[in-house]
Formats: sequence, C-alpha cells, structure tokens
Amino acid sequence: MSAAVERRFGPYGGRYVPETLIPALDELEREWAAARADPQFKAELDTLLSDYAGRPTPLYRAPRLSEEVGATVLLKREDLLHTGAHKVTNALGQVLLARRMGKSRVIAETGAGQHGVASATACALLDLECVVYMGTEDMRRQRTNVERMKLLGAEVAPVDAGARTLKEAVSAAIRDWVANVATTHYVIGSAVGPAPYPALVRDLQRVIGDEARAQVLELCGRLPDRVIACVGGGSNAIGTFTAFLDDEQVELIGVEAAGEGLQGRRHSAPLATGARGILHGALSAVLQDEQGQILEAHSVSAGLDYPGSGPEHAFLRDEERVRYVAVEDAAALAAFRRTAELEGILPALEPAHAIAWLLSQPGSGGLELLTLSGRGDKDLAEVLSLSE
Amino acid sequence: MTGRERIAQAFAGHGRSAALMPYLMSGFPSHEASIEAVKAAVDAGADLIELGVPFSDPLADGPVIQAAGTAALEAGATPMRALDVCRSVGEQLPVVLMVYANVVAAAGPELYAQRAAAAGAAGLIVPDLPHDEAAPVREACDAEGLALAPLVAPTSTSGRVEEVGADARGFVYAVSLTGTTGERAELPPGLAQTVAGVRAATELPVAVGFGISRPEQARAVSELADGVIVGSRVVRAAEEGGAEAVRDLVSELASALA
Repeated sequence: MSAAVERRFGPYGGRYVPETLIPALDELEREWAAARADPQFKAELDTLLSDYAGRPTPLYRAPRLSEEVGATVLLKREDLLHTGAHKVTNALGQVLLARRMGKSRVIAETGAGQHGVASATACALLDLECVVYMGTEDMRRQRTNVERMKLLGAEVAPVDAGARTLKEAVSAAIRDWVANVATTHYVIGSAVGPAPYPALVRDLQRVIGDEARAQVLELCGRLPDRVIACVGGGSNAIGTFTAFLDDEQVELIGVEAAGEGLQGRRHSAPLATGARGILHGALSAVLQDEQGQILEAHSVSAGLDYPGSGPEHAFLRDEERVRYVAVEDAAALAAFRRTAELEGILPALEPAHAIAWLLSQPGSGGLELLTLSGRGDKDLAEVLSLSE
Repeated sequence: MTGRERIAQAFAGHGRSAALMPYLMSGFPSHEASIEAVKAAVDAGADLIELGVPFSDPLADGPVIQAAGTAALEAGATPMRALDVCRSVGEQLPVVLMVYANVVAAAGPELYAQRAAAAGAAGLIVPDLPHDEAAPVREACDAEGLALAPLVAPTSTSGRVEEVGADARGFVYAVSLTGTTGERAELPPGLAQTVAGVRAATELPVAVGFGISRPEQARAVSELADGVIVGSRVVRAAEEGGAEAVRDLVSELASALA
C-alpha cells in the first residue's frame, strides 16, 4: 500500500477543476496516502465495516438462477449491507477520513439517493454536519430516500438546473466545495471526479473483490470464469474487478445501461459508445456532442443515469482487460422480476442490468461471479409504475 | 500584431487607474442580442472583453452566468457561433474567450486555437484547466500568438503561484475569493494580499475578477491591480435591459476607473 495514489490511468483521469480546489486535492491525496498506510485508521474502518455495516457480505450460490442460465452463478451480496448497497463502504471510509482531516462539514451528491443515505448515515454515526445535493427530479422520484436523509440529520439541498438529476447534483456539490473548501470534505459517491477520487473510491471499494476472490476459492476451489458487475460511474465494478485484474484467465464484464437503445441518444453507455471527454474533473469516456457539450444520459435506473464513467474503466477498456457491454431498460426490468421469482431477492435496477446480461448468455456451463450491488426496494414504485 | 501583443498594449495604454474588462456571455439572451451587448460594452469604454463560451456544465460559475449559459444553449448557441460574436468586435479590442476545457478538448487544442485566432480572439481563459493540465493548450495558443491567461486563487500556495506565474501568458487572472462567480456585497478582506502574491510571481499585468459588481468596488480593486473584471453584474444587465443597460453600466464602471 506504499504506492502513490494514481492521478492518471493511462491518458485518463487528471484534475480538470478550478484552481481554487487544487490545494484541497493535494491535501486529500496526501491524507489518503497516509491514512491507508496507518494501521489505526485501517483498524477503525474495519471495525465499522464489520460490526456496523455488515462486512464481509456473503457469496451466495444462486441455485435457480444457475439452472436458468445454465452455469454456476455466484452472487456477491452487497445488497445485504446496512443502508442496502455497496455505497456505505465508501461513505464510511471517506467520512472517517474527513474526521481525520479535521473537516467539520461533509457534502455529497446523490442520484437515486443511495449514496446520499449512506453519507448521511456515516455522518450521523461520526457526528459531522452533512449536506446532500440532489436534483429536484430525483427528489420527486425518490421521496422516501429524501425523508431517510432528513431523519438522519442531513440537509437535502435541491438542485434545479438542467435535467435536475445526478449530473447537476455533482456540479452543485463541486461548486459548494469551491466556496467552502477550508472546512468541508466532498464525499464523492463513485469512482469518478478529479484525482485522487477515482483511486480513493477504488481503494475503499476493492474490499468487494478481495472478499469475493477469497470466498470463491474457498467455496469452489478455483477462480471464476467470468466476473460481472454493472457500471454507472463504476464504483462497485472497479471494487469488484481490482482483485481479479492480474488473473488473466478471468474474463471481466462491465454492464452499462443501454436505456432505450444504443442507436439513439437515450442511453447511459459512454464506455460502450462514448468519445473521450472531460466531465466533473476527469478525462474519461463521456457522452457529448461534437462540440463538447455534455449530453443528458438516460436509464430506467437512476444509479446508472450518468453521462460519464470512472477514468480507470476507460483505461481498462482501451487495454482490453475489461469488456463493456450494455443492456436496455426493458431487459433490466425483466431481470428484476425474474430474480425475485427465482431467488426471492429484489435486486436494485442497477445490478439487474448485470443479471440481464447474464440471462442473455445462457449455457456457458462455467462459473460466473456477479456483484449484486444493492437491493431493489428503492425501485419498487418505479418498476410497478412502468409495468402498468 | 499577435493576440498577446494586443493584450499587452491594452493593459499599457488604457489611461485609467486599471484596464476594464467586462464579461459577456455569447449567445445570451440571443445570438444577435449578445453581439449588440458586446458592441455596447466596447462603445462604453471597455479596454478588453472577456467573452463566455456557453458550456453545459460550468463548474466555476455561480447562478447568474450558469443560467445565462444554459439559456444561450437553449437558444441555439454553440462554441462555433460564439466565435462569430468574437469576430464582431475582435478588431477593435482584445477579446479573451472564457471557455471550458472540454470544449477545447473536443475540437483539439491546435484546431481550437486556430479557430479562435481566425475569429480575432487575443487569448483564452480556461477555468477548469489548472496549471498541471495546461501545457498542451498553452503550446497550441503560443503557436497562434494567443495568450492562455492562467487563474490563481486565494487558496493557491506561494509555490504554486510562482509556477503559474512563470508560465503565464497575457495576464494573470487573480480570483478574488474562494468561490464561484457572482456579485458580492463586499470585497474579500484578503484581496490585497492575494494580488501582492501574484504580482511577486509575474511581470505580467494582474487582473482581478469574481465578486466585483459596483463602481466603488471596481475603483478599490483598480488601486491594487492592473485590470478589473466584472462578470455577473454585466450579464444581469444584458438580461434585464439589453445593450442599453450594458452601455450604461460599463460607462459607469469606466468613469469609476478614470
């Protein structure tokens, strides 16, 4: 863990932000390099992750899904974590880091509300002020999560610009940080943003893959043939893939949201389709027009509804280490229902995309490991309204 | 004369207590109206113009300029049409384009610099391109005689201000406050110190922007700096009263710098 915190992944990443933030990013990079090498910090975080959040999460052999797919399907059950998704692992780590850095105030952005709830939860636990930026359209769609954040003591700051969703919420959080950088830590929710965030979030989330790799060896005595995870910004995917990057025989599949189809503009698949661009501080795969304006993304899943992707994913795509595919809304909705019927598990719509991809590839006969990044209770109203 | 030389001349020959650089958003409230507003600012005594290129995700901008950019895009503005606005006054005074990094990256720095120079621009300000990332754009600007004017902030360490100053072109843009663009009631208390730090790091003129809206604020800044940039207040005038309001406001600001 003594290596430098990466600023670039091949050509991708960097720090394309106003000059005001550069000293804060320098500080964060230094503090993270020190914290991740500090046994006391690690011990405190590990205790929170095990006793409070519920790590390690199980690796579950899903028998009926396996039968349907014609392969052995193992689900990494991040949906069983406190607050219902992998996001809490990153939030606890970053809020603990904020306290270590002496920051009294935490800001976060949220789309579906999962990262906002996770950040509000961590701030309640560690007694820090918390403001969560959320687009007003997302506030309307995810009212329960808004109420949860308020109960946890967080302020939910409405963002009324653009499409009023995640992209604008990130921009508003960055503007807040520019103005309040001395007292405030910005807890970014995915492996995106200016350096060191993509590396910091990956370092915190890689526990998913580290656990899963040990569990699959214990359970099956061998590595999986394929490891599959959904990709929006890409934190659960990079957290899952990192442990397997050096296992050349393991195929890695990132599943993006194809929305209403990749032929039009109504999708969220910058890795599968996108040109290289700069969004929210990093050079990565970005949905944009020919003159560089960022396009609105579309997905039935609010957590994948983002026009950018983590810079390390763009690098892994170019290196051909990870294959990025995309699944349309309708297939994800069908997989949501099928998983409920077969396994008694409501997956979040985000990992339902990964399950849908697996369902579309029957008969491999191999060993498939898929990260179930969150539970689907939050999506129930959306799924039911779309089924009417 | 190159853009860099024209900027140097504008800072040397204005005959005021500091050069006046109003900011206007191209394409706002409409393409034609923004050309009228820019011409009015020139007529009323601007020494340089900072011309905003609308972008979908302007991280350095506060509500007024952000909303103006969004409205411009909705009205059909594009980065290419912004160059037409530049062309309309580019021969009369130096125009510095304020453009976000992805717009430059989408064209490619070389092609963007060529297009900007062909449209009569004198330089670029790229608010999300800090010093560490700036070399490719600076080299492309150098090849076209354009100045890539860097920004420094109150949070910048002295070592960093030195690095930025050493590679600056045209002028150094000192951000007055820790925050985004927008009108403020008071000038920030540490401003003199920020400007003094920048001055020690460069021979180039130092222009101050962010949070300056009223004539007395402009006058106070002119006692510290070589240039005064007024943005959100001018954009608001363009919205509320069109070219006439811009003319009145810029005249008032120019008189304050007499």
